Amino acid sequence: MQPRIFRTIAAGLVSTALSAALFASVAHAAEGPEMTEQRPPIDRHDVASLQRGAKLFVNYCVGCHGAQHMRYNRIAADLALTEKQVADNLIFRGTLAKDGYVTDKVGETMKTAMDRADAKEAFGVIPPDLSVEARVRGTEWLYAYLRGYYRDDKTATGWNNLVFPNVAMPNVLWEIGGQNKLTVHEFPNKEQAISEFVAIHRVASLESSGHAEGGEGKAEPKYVIRVVEPDTPGTMTAQDYDIAVADIVNYLDYMAEPAKGERIQVGIKVLIFLALLFVLAYWTKREYWKDVH
Amino acid sequence: MSKLLTWIDDRFPLTKLWEEQWGKYVAPKNFNFWYYFGSLAAFVLVIQIVSGIFLTMNYKPDATKAFESVEYIMRDVPWGWLIRYIHSTGASAFFIVVYLHMFRGLLYGSYRKPRELLWIFGVLIYLCLMGEAFMGYLLPWGQMSYWGAQVIINLFSAIPYVGKDLAVWIRGDYVISDVTLNRFFAFHVIALPLVLIGLVVAHLMALHEVGSNNPDGVDVKHQPKDPRTGIPLDGIYSHPYYSIKDIVGVIFFLFIFSIVVFFLPEMGGYFLEANNFIPANSLKTPAHIAPVWYFTPYYSILRAVPPMFDSQFPGVACMGIAVLAFFALPWIDKGAVKSIRYRGWWFKIPLAIFVVTFVILGWLGTMPTDALGKLGDLEIATLLARIFTILYFLWFLLMPWYTKRDKTKPEPERVTG
Repeated sequence: MQPRIFRTIAAGLVSTALSAALFASVAHAAEGPEMTEQRPPIDRHDVASLQRGAKLFVNYCVGCHGAQHMRYNRIAADLALTEKQVADNLIFRGTLAKDGYVTDKVGETMKTAMDRADAKEAFGVIPPDLSVEARVRGTEWLYAYLRGYYRDDKTATGWNNLVFPNVAMPNVLWEIGGQNKLTVHEFPNKEQAISEFVAIHRVASLESSGHAEGGEGKAEPKYVIRVVEPDTPGTMTAQDYDIAVADIVNYLDYMAEPAKGERIQVGIKVLIFLALLFVLAYWTKREYWKDVH
Repeated sequence: MSKLLTWIDDRFPLTKLWEEQWGKYVAPKNFNFWYYFGSLAAFVLVIQIVSGIFLTMNYKPDATKAFESVEYIMRDVPWGWLIRYIHSTGASAFFIVVYLHMFRGLLYGSYRKPRELLWIFGVLIYLCLMGEAFMGYLLPWGQMSYWGAQVIINLFSAIPYVGKDLAVWIRGDYVISDVTLNRFFAFHVIALPLVLIGLVVAHLMALHEVGSNNPDGVDVKHQPKDPRTGIPLDGIYSHPYYSIKDIVGVIFFLFIFSIVVFFLPEMGGYFLEANNFIPANSLKTPAHIAPVWYFTPYYSILRAVPPMFDSQFPGVACMGIAVLAFFALPWIDKGAVKSIRYRGWWFKIPLAIFVVTFVILGWLGTMPTDALGKLGDLEIATLLARIFTILYFLWFLLMPWYTKRDKTKPEPERVTG
């Protein structure tokens, strides 16, 4: 008799634990879809990549965003450029906007030329300053975001983004990157969906749906993969475009903390110094403490 | 040189002060690892004051300029990034060191008679430090600065009758604004540091008056004197013995500290939160507002207590009591001995549970309440926070009972090892 009772209790406990775990995972899925990991192939020490990134940044981003904490001459100093090169190639001398800002001085920061009110009218929001954006979002997010645009007739700009749904910004890089479309694939079971998902090297999302809350005629859960896929090509090949985006991300990461390289270099020296000092101090301590019994 | 010293000593008790407070202060010779954290706390205080002074030279307490001035320090001020990271890492380091220092007190009963007042000064330092950290965190004027402060100050409005007015009085405005930033700056850079230094001096004077506790709980100060040295049998002079030992501790600490400052200044978002790199925006509430890690155990307690009569006050009150409860320790611990070495399981197990509770509450406080999913209608994280909040308070409430029934071993006459 007794063993059976134990078995019933054990079964009860196990099923409670399992359902708790399931609930937890379902609730987790409700937070948002899983995204493919998009680690950008960037290297902070690759000055050529940073220079290309800076060029793309002033060509495609500064028009609206600006980086009001970043000085032009800092770019010159850090990215192996002369101030003249920076002034000639990275600073645009255009017409002055109402409260926008245009400069030709390399000591100035990278303010945008776009008027705030115009921006608000055009996009509904003021484009955020990008000086420290990489510290807010992280490089992986930025890399996925800039490659996550696809054509969508339902939005005001005609663009949508898998990483940042209904984002106000249109795909400003479409000329070089081409136009993407979104494809949707459904899978009946989780294992199949996951094995498909991990093989995707584009920006993609995985989401489970169909477990409608409550409702008696509960639909079978299905797994939906959305992939941003090339439609019409741009002036760059897909590989070159990914590199261009990585360059921008690399530059944004540099710009978010220009002192990072120096920080790490100094840090190594400081640690070596402290390690030596520790040894000396420890020996001294041992010497003094010899007469404590 | 000695002539100059005599000249000064005739007019000011310089040598006397030095000898009483450190040079000829007799400390037990058996301090272990846990006894580094007192001097380290003092050292971090110095780090914070010095780095803070240099930050103040370039920081602008102005809602339109504060965020920008921090980035200016990070980019345009020579070594500004270093000073800033030292200060931001120092804030977290201060709490780590102080939490370990307090834990030492729990381990060895350092709050027990005759060190009650010493302990009270310590808890006051802890409270002051919390205020200092909270106000300092507003200054970078990022989204987390702003909304973190908003959440905490709104807690005061939960106090019945006077709450709403009190919150306005603290902010100086109906929302956090430039006025709030300015007064927080004043408190952070001068008012609270003055109080803090005063309390630290009182803490040290009280310590040097009653004498240090030690891992054996032996009353070294009142031991018979060694005929050779003329000081208590198990005592040694702080100088040079603990001077040099603490220097070793400081260098080891600096090594760990430097790893964070130079290689992990954000510490995975725990020391510098990603959202704090977005300038404060009073119109845009972040989806998830979390205080910095050192406040999260209390934040968990706050969120765990359900509102009653449409009021958040019970949660606020519990959070306040959770901090203030430490004041009671000297009187609710009825154990026959001080040190954990001679206490029994009835002390050790509750202490272990308390430490686990504090850490888990801290961990829960860093995440949104729905982060662990739901069990039926109840959020799992909230459920856990409630269980551990109860454990937190039980540790204090039941202490008179379990420490009294604890089977202790007698404390030795002399220190061991």
